Amino acid sequence: MTAVANRPEQLLGLPGVRLVDLKTADELDPEQRRPKRRVPRSIERLAGVVLLLALWQLAASLGWISPRVLAGPANVASTFWDMVTDGTLGDAVWVSFQRVAIGMLIGVPVGLLLALFSGLSRVGEDLVDSTMHTLRFVPIIGLMPLIIVWFGIGETAKISLIVIGVTFPIYVNTANAIKTIDPRNLELARTLELSRWATIRRVVLPAALPSFLVGLRMATGIAWLLLVFSEQLNAKSGIGYLMIKAQTFFLTDVIVVCLLVYAVLGLLSDIGIRLVEGKVLRWQPGR
Amino acid sequence: MLDHEPEVLDALDQPRPTVVDDRTVVRATSVTRRFGDRVVLDDIDLEIRKGEFVALLGRSGSGKSTLLRALAGLDTGVEGRITVPAARSVVFQDPRLLPWSTVLDNVVLGLKGADARDQGREVLDEVGLGGHGDAWPKTLSGGEAQRAALARALVRQPELLLLDEPFGALDALTRIRMHVLLQRLCARYTPAVLLVTHDVDEALLLADRVLVLTDGGISLDVPVEIATPRLRGDQAFISLRSRLLAELGVDEVAEGDHRKDDQ
Repeated sequence: MTAVANRPEQLLGLPGVRLVDLKTADELDPEQRRPKRRVPRSIERLAGVVLLLALWQLAASLGWISPRVLAGPANVASTFWDMVTDGTLGDAVWVSFQRVAIGMLIGVPVGLLLALFSGLSRVGEDLVDSTMHTLRFVPIIGLMPLIIVWFGIGETAKISLIVIGVTFPIYVNTANAIKTIDPRNLELARTLELSRWATIRRVVLPAALPSFLVGLRMATGIAWLLLVFSEQLNAKSGIGYLMIKAQTFFLTDVIVVCLLVYAVLGLLSDIGIRLVEGKVLRWQPGR
Repeated sequence: MLDHEPEVLDALDQPRPTVVDDRTVVRATSVTRRFGDRVVLDDIDLEIRKGEFVALLGRSGSGKSTLLRALAGLDTGVEGRITVPAARSVVFQDPRLLPWSTVLDNVVLGLKGADARDQGREVLDEVGLGGHGDAWPKTLSGGEAQRAALARALVRQPELLLLDEPFGALDALTRIRMHVLLQRLCARYTPAVLLVTHDVDEALLLADRVLVLTDGGISLDVPVEIATPRLRGDQAFISLRSRLLAELGVDEVAEGDHRKDDQ
């Protein structure tokens, strides 16, 4: 008996009831309560990238990887600087950015209007919804030959491809949000005798906004993807054109610079939309 | 006379000329509601007078909310003839504040007039939410949100206030405070009130008249003649409470024995 006197049930003396001591802060010594990290988290996260870069540089310096296969980081960095100073990169980015911006400025409103038409009227739903969901499965990249037949290989072709690619995610997300709107809020609008327009503006559109923004983020990703594709296929300017030109001369450093620029541009547009989200969705629980 | 023209909610029957006596603000005649083969409301007649507080009791599924929704004009499938004031407000069991609008914007939603926001602020003050006008609904507690919903209903100065179990989701302490608040607001705004509830005590504390809905019909219609302030311990309170519970099919003695058996 004395050997088990420290067991909780013995302390409280309730035979037949199994008791347990729960872990509380008392049992941890002060140092354990707030574990100190030896290395800050942000530095630890960077370490993987730095290690990869170091290995890549090492492989390039030691001649394990030929520059014709893949240029080393130092080489890429100096090429990047050259391309910035002689203006080629800036010009190409500006041209590419314009294509994406124009494509989205057309595609987003088109998707949004179709979603409103489909979400707010029975006729619209019948006409638009099943059509959009069928067309959605046509591979957009596969449309390129047709688009070239229609618009040639100029700006119109590239922008049309982006417009088409952007329309679908905007439509699908927004239309679905309008369709699944909380019927209790529509009932409220009726008891408050809101006009149809006021109901759309005050109840329907704000309810669809979070999904629309998700669609917008997807659309931005798709827009950059389609831009790369169409610029590599037929362009006289833009980042994709620089890459194709570099490919013919085995300039892998230029290709890597262009890839990184694409990645940064995509990332920046995503961050931009997330900033907007944080501002206009402040009302959401958990923000 | 009424401040607002009465509005006829006529669903399936032919409209007839309406005669509303100067004290009656709600007149429902032969109201029937079927869902498929099921008759939820069976030929109900109901009148509510100006400023009268009527509580509608019934077991769950008895059709209380269906009747309230019919009077709110939310049910177009109802048969019969319903005349109600054009100015009417509904408070639901959930506050239904639009999460993307501030509390004040919710209160004045759809309210017309240049001084709508001032009126909204005034009513928010009255329900004790004076400092919360610019807050998001997510920051309100359950009781605060329901007070905002009450403010939204009252800022429209309704002739008829329809309350669909408005305190059902609140804790007991908050509910008591809401009862006091509602009494005070009703004394000030004097709307006719239809309170749907399954809480007999709540009905007896607040109402001038209690209706019991059983099997789609009004099986009991009694005035509540208990002196104010009403206390749960009063003899008149206790005896009317027993009568209403019996009408609702609850045998207090038997249920009490049952509870004893459980222990």
